[in-house]
Amino acid sequence: MAEIALSAKNLSVHYGAHGAVRNVSLDFAAKSVTALIGPSGCGKSTFLRSLNRMNDLIPNCKVTGEIWMKDRDINAPGTDVVAIRQKIGMVFQRPNPFHKSIYENIAYGPRYHGVKNKKKLDEIVEESLTRAALWDETKDRLHKSALALSGGQQQRLCIARSIAVKPDMILMDEPASALDPVSTAKIEELISELKREFCIVIVTHNMYQAARVSEKTAFFLTGQVVEYDSTDKMFTDPERAETSDYISGRFG
Amino acid sequence: MKAKTVDKIATGVFIGIAAFIVLLLASLLGYILVRGVSHISWQFLTSPPQTIREGGGIGPQLFNSVFLLVLTMIITIPIGIGAGIYMSEYAKPNKMTGFIRLVVEVLSSFPSIIVGLFGLLVFVNFFDFGFSLFSGALALTVFNLPLMVRITEQGLKGVPLSQKEASLALGISKWTTIRSVMLPVALPVILTGTILAAGRIFGEAAALMFTAGMSSPRLDFTNWNPLDAVSPLNPFRPAETLAVHIWKVNSEGIAPDTPEIAAGASAVLVILVLVFNLGARMLGRYVHRKFTATK
Repeated sequence: MAEIALSAKNLSVHYGAHGAVRNVSLDFAAKSVTALIGPSGCGKSTFLRSLNRMNDLIPNCKVTGEIWMKDRDINAPGTDVVAIRQKIGMVFQRPNPFHKSIYENIAYGPRYHGVKNKKKLDEIVEESLTRAALWDETKDRLHKSALALSGGQQQRLCIARSIAVKPDMILMDEPASALDPVSTAKIEELISELKREFCIVIVTHNMYQAARVSEKTAFFLTGQVVEYDSTDKMFTDPERAETSDYISGRFG
Repeated sequence: MKAKTVDKIATGVFIGIAAFIVLLLASLLGYILVRGVSHISWQFLTSPPQTIREGGGIGPQLFNSVFLLVLTMIITIPIGIGAGIYMSEYAKPNKMTGFIRLVVEVLSSFPSIIVGLFGLLVFVNFFDFGFSLFSGALALTVFNLPLMVRITEQGLKGVPLSQKEASLALGISKWTTIRSVMLPVALPVILTGTILAAGRIFGEAAALMFTAGMSSPRLDFTNWNPLDAVSPLNPFRPAETLAVHIWKVNSEGIAPDTPEIAAGASAVLVILVLVFNLGARMLGRYVHRKFTATK
């Protein structure tokens, strides 16, 4: 059995009285990609945003249950939320680079976390951009605004930005849904590279994407996990009728 | 009548109203400038006023106006931005914050003469600051502070949530996120709003008559020790500002060239307020360009 990077136990999310996620328990293996699929409004994004406590920002949103990371329940009261977010990076649906230079977009995180040495920061910037397959395109314009990059480049910059703070895992919330097919292919390639080191959890609407990039897939329906298994099994021989209906495009 | 005809008439009426407003504004500005500009000279801008004789200037008043503006801004900018950050980022949305917001709204639209009387009672008499720049600055703070709070709050609320989330998702604290990511994005809005608010302070008269006073002591512009009674920098001296001077000259001036002085001073005031407004727009646009893409 592979090493478990993060494990959610009986996780429920409520917006006021409305239950968006109900009693979800999932284990995420280290150095692998897990895809969360399901129709719109099934709670997969909400679940993802609970894992790094991003839902804390939303008023009226209550997350109950446990999230275990290395023998610690990071959903317990009194957890240092800021510290755990460094360990669990996030890439959003729409590319959201800071209104800063490309260099500053990357250096901002590490500098906050204590890297003050200019040379060391330069190294981190180069390494992160290289790993996000963006170095060649940006090395001559590091100090130009990141907002002048194309959408696909911006999204890779956001990925570079999150690996620059050395997380253990990266949550991706439909990272390619706002991009064109070529940029999407690049992001998928990048995900396959990054899984050698990180535990990646990706929410996607694109079934083919889930099939291409992930080892395991969880199918969400109305706030619950219907089925969670290896991606191969899910796409060829699912246990449940709902899963096979969704994957074969009969609804959703 | 046919719908098309009605449409044409409506369009005409609105164009007419707009033209009327523009015309009114232009003639007002033109009148003040045409009457006043001819009287503006270096001597007029730098020399002290005369009570009885001709040839008085507005030097001390001009200086007082600028100095009072700086004093007020020193008080209001840090407090206003701090409170704005609190209201936008820290305050929980409940009845209490709703009430604070209401108070802020009411305060900023207070009649300035009331603020002046309040200043007279509280700052001048009760705290015994006397007729002084300091009392004047505090009175101006009463309606400038709420404005600053609102400007900052709106500036921060205008920052896309995705920017904030991006920073927090890197494991960065709330305060650093506000300081390093949100404030730079909100800066053009805050800057523009601040300068516009400054323009309002610059033209304020009613709130200052009973607080900063209507007289200006002999100032020694070679003495820059803020603790000295004749020093221009002393914040505890009475100080008549340009706007108050215009009012005073018009209502009780006895020098023979009173109308010219009033006209000249008005033109100076209007020109400075215009400079503030245009400057705010240009600076805001420049900073916006600088912080977003095209550099």
